[in-house]
Formats: sequence, C-alpha cells, structure tokens
Amino acid sequence: MIRGGEMNEDAWLKIKWVKNVPNYLQLQSPHPPPAVGARRQSATYIPQAWGRPRDDVYGAYDPSYMQTNGPNQHTQSPIVTGTSVLGMKFKEGVVIAADNLASYGSLARFTDVKRLRTFAESSVVGFGGDVSDMQYLDRHLTELAIDEAYASSTTTNSAQPTLNARNLHKYLQKLLYRRRSKFDPLWNSLLVAGLDESGAPFLAAADLLGTAFSSPSLATGFGSMLAQPIMRRLVPDEASVASVTREQAVECVRECMKVLFYRDARSLDSYSLAIVTKDGVELHQNEKLENQSWAFADRIKGYGTQTV
Amino acid sequence: MFRNNYDNDSVTLIFQVEYAAEAVKQGSVVVGIVSKTHAVLVAIKRNAEELSSYQKKLFAVDEHVGLAIAGLTSDARVLSNFMKQQCLSERLTFDRAMPLETLVSLISDKAQLNTQHYGKRPYGVGLLVAGVDDSGPHLFEFQPSGLTQEMLACAIGARSQMARTYLEKNLDKFPDCGRDELIRHGLRALKETLVQDRELTVENTSVGVVGPKEPGKRPLEAFKVHDGADVKDWINSIADDAEAGGDGMQVDE
Repeated sequence: MIRGGEMNEDAWLKIKWVKNVPNYLQLQSPHPPPAVGARRQSATYIPQAWGRPRDDVYGAYDPSYMQTNGPNQHTQSPIVTGTSVLGMKFKEGVVIAADNLASYGSLARFTDVKRLRTFAESSVVGFGGDVSDMQYLDRHLTELAIDEAYASSTTTNSAQPTLNARNLHKYLQKLLYRRRSKFDPLWNSLLVAGLDESGAPFLAAADLLGTAFSSPSLATGFGSMLAQPIMRRLVPDEASVASVTREQAVECVRECMKVLFYRDARSLDSYSLAIVTKDGVELHQNEKLENQSWAFADRIKGYGTQTV
Repeated sequence: MFRNNYDNDSVTLIFQVEYAAEAVKQGSVVVGIVSKTHAVLVAIKRNAEELSSYQKKLFAVDEHVGLAIAGLTSDARVLSNFMKQQCLSERLTFDRAMPLETLVSLISDKAQLNTQHYGKRPYGVGLLVAGVDDSGPHLFEFQPSGLTQEMLACAIGARSQMARTYLEKNLDKFPDCGRDELIRHGLRALKETLVQDRELTVENTSVGVVGPKEPGKRPLEAFKVHDGADVKDWINSIADDAEAGGDGMQVDE
C-alpha cells in the first residue's frame, strides 16, 4: 500500500512485487468451487474416504507425498471379529454369554472360537471385537493370573482370590486406555463378570477407548441395541437384581442370544454361556439355540432385492 | 603371623551394610503389634534439644498402611514417598488396597539393590510396616540390608531388646486383643525401653492404628497417627500397672 506523496522508484518496485505474488498467495483458489447444480462428490460410502479433503475442492491426493516406510497400519482396524457379548446380574451372581463365531468381514470364517474366558476361577471376561487382540489379552491375562497366584500363595490366608472382578475390570480398562493413548488400540469391547470384594455380583464393560461403565445388565456391539432393552425388562435397575433368580437370568440371556441370531448377520446359533457365583464359574462352551421361530422373517420388508 | 584387614566377624561381609544396621540402633525405639483384627505402631519421639520440636516417627502410607521409622529420617522419607506412590498406583490400576507383602517386597528389592552397586549406599533406616489388607492385618520388619520379615510383634531402635522381651512374654495375648488393649500392650513395651527417670508423655509418644470400624466388617478405619492430647488417655491407662514391672516382678500392694 502506498500512502500519500508522489510515486518514487521504490514504490514502483513494490507494486511490481505485488503483481508478482506467486499463485499460492492469491486470494482466489486455483480450484474454483463446482458450478451451481453440479453433483457434489463428497457423499461417499467408502469409509476410507470419510473425513478426508474433498477431491472436488482440493484436487486428487498426490500419492508421491506418501511415505513408503510408514508405521504398520494393519493393527489399526479390526480384521477378524466377534460380535456381541451379553451379561446380566442376578441375586447370587452374574450370567454372561457370547456366540462362538469369528467373522472375517461379513464372512462367517471361524465357527468354533470361544469368546468367554475365566480368570482365577472367579471371574469371566467376554470379548467382542478383534479376535487377535482378544488372543493377545487372553495371553496377557494368563500371565497376570500366574503373577497374582505367586503373590498370594505365600500369604497365610489365600481363601479369597487376590484379584476380584472389580480389580480385573479396572486393570483391563487402564490397559485399553493406555493402548488407545499410544494410538494403537486393542480393538475390543469387553464385559467383566464376577463378584466384588464384598461378594456382591459385579458386571462392567470396557471398550477400546478405555471407556468403562457398569449396569445390572450389559451388552456390547449389536447386543446393546437388540438385547439390552429385553434384558432391562427383567432388571431395570440395581434394586431389582435382588429379586431375579439364576434361572430367570439365564433364560433371559438365552432368549436374547436367540434374538441376536435372528437379527445380527454376524452371529451364530452356537454360543458360550458362563454363570459366576460364590461357588465359582460354570462355563458351558457349546450351547445351541433352541426353539427358533423364523415365522416373523417373511414380514420383514425393506432389505435385499425385493421391490415392495 | 600375617593378618589381613578383613573383618571376619562381619555377617554380611559388607561393612557399609553393617554400619547402616548400626544406624537403626541409634534411632529411638518403635514397636509394632498385630492382633487378628488390628495393626498398631507406637513410637518414642526424640527432640534435638529441650526447646525444639519432636521428630515424627510414624507416617501414614495409604488408608490401610502406616510405617514407623528408626534411623535416618531423610532415608525413610525416600522409602515412604516410594511406598505412597506404589499404593496410589495400585489403587489407580486395580482399584484395591495394595497387599502388604507386595509393598514390602518392593522396598526390600529397592534396598537390596543399594547394597550391590558401587556408588550406592544402603538406606540407614529400619522400618516397621503395619497395615490391614484383604488377607487381614500384617506387620513387617524391614532392615537396611533389604531383609524383610513378617512379624507378630516387633521392636527396633535404641534399647529395643527390652521391648522385645516384653513382647515375647505377652505374645499369646495379642491375637485376641481389641484395638485399645493392643495399643496399651505397645505402650507397655515402649515403657520397658525407657531409661531411669524418663517416662511416656503426650509430647514424646506417638500411636498409629488401623483396623475395621466395626468388628469383623470391611470398611476400614484408615491408618491414623495419634499425637499429643490424643494419646493422653492411653498413657494414663497404663500408668502404674503391674504388667510393666521391669523383670516381671510382682509389686506387693
């Protein structure tokens, strides 16, 4: 900007300089907005493209900027996955269930994968999400259980296990949170079932972000939408747990597993179910859904190739 | 005959560790006792001079653990801070009170390492670590060498042998003692160590105790150090009782 006075040679140079401003400093974008009425390219159904700069605004991505020797990215998303885990408290304990399927995308790849794991013969962990991360956690928990067994074997009173379900849940939550903070999350959602330090039923969830919460009934994944409302009919709040018998809880959970098999395309009719009480863990690994009724199926509309 | 400079009477063969053990004996006496329900620490505090304040002897580590020190206070501070951090981290990662045995083995390893590396020195302090965890009340003795032992009752520091004699004599009574009775036993053991014309006062006596709020129930009355006026009643309650009579002599009425 030139203020007042006559134009000397210096000022003239400045104007020339302004005129020579390179392209990238110009206010006008080299990529003009699309013409009115042009179809916006941003609505895409490819998840990889979500949240990325729009090609129609910024031009196509130049892959020559890409580092060829970057960090491993195959651990940054789940590959082989397990679906929902369900859990429900009752008067004397907790019941927890998960089906035996490990899916590879939409392919039902492994049909005999057990997703419930006992800990110290007093708690059960149910794993949803990535199966390889589940296997990592499984080995990790085995190690932890051995360390704890050594620590408690020398104490005079080893009647009660040193890590109860509450301790275990808190530990897993911190582990998950630490991994997500390393930007290398363990891609799971967990339920931990067992008894707390006072012998009361304990049920809590933790997920890949380290988020943790507790409720008289819990479900991960699709189960949180399909099964949770059914379970809440039986145990709407903490107070109602005391009036629920073991049989009622088990029946309700089995019924929910059936609903999930009806409506969750990544589920299986073979499942595992564990019951934790003060007497220990009862783990059934090869349960089958019984009395299925698909009568509702032909009334479902709006999916697939039908035109109605 | 040729004689070398090695001291063959030395138990550990490391003089520095022996000297550190001596430092513990220079500290004023502390006593710890456990019953089936409670853990108690009592201590005699010393003042550098008549007009100065008294050096603290008991410290709370966590809600469920406390410790008593005999020896170099500044070294105890290092160990105490370490233990506080470990207890907090256990509460953060596991949501539980750290088991005492685990806690003590951590400082044991830490102290032992100092006896093994050049340029390092042992901690010049002995500790009594007392508390209540999931498996009940515990008392541990810690020595600068890294040696730790679980004890039913223990005394360390100057003239602590007198207190130990009292504890050995009354050992059978401790398990079934209530909170206050256990404290009184501790104070009587302390009293044994006193030299002529010295006595327990509200100024020089500390009492630390942890145990359940109600008998047999879980909510814990957190480890608390009682000083000054708080210990008056306990001291008065053991004034002139026969049980504290030097060599166990019965005094005729």
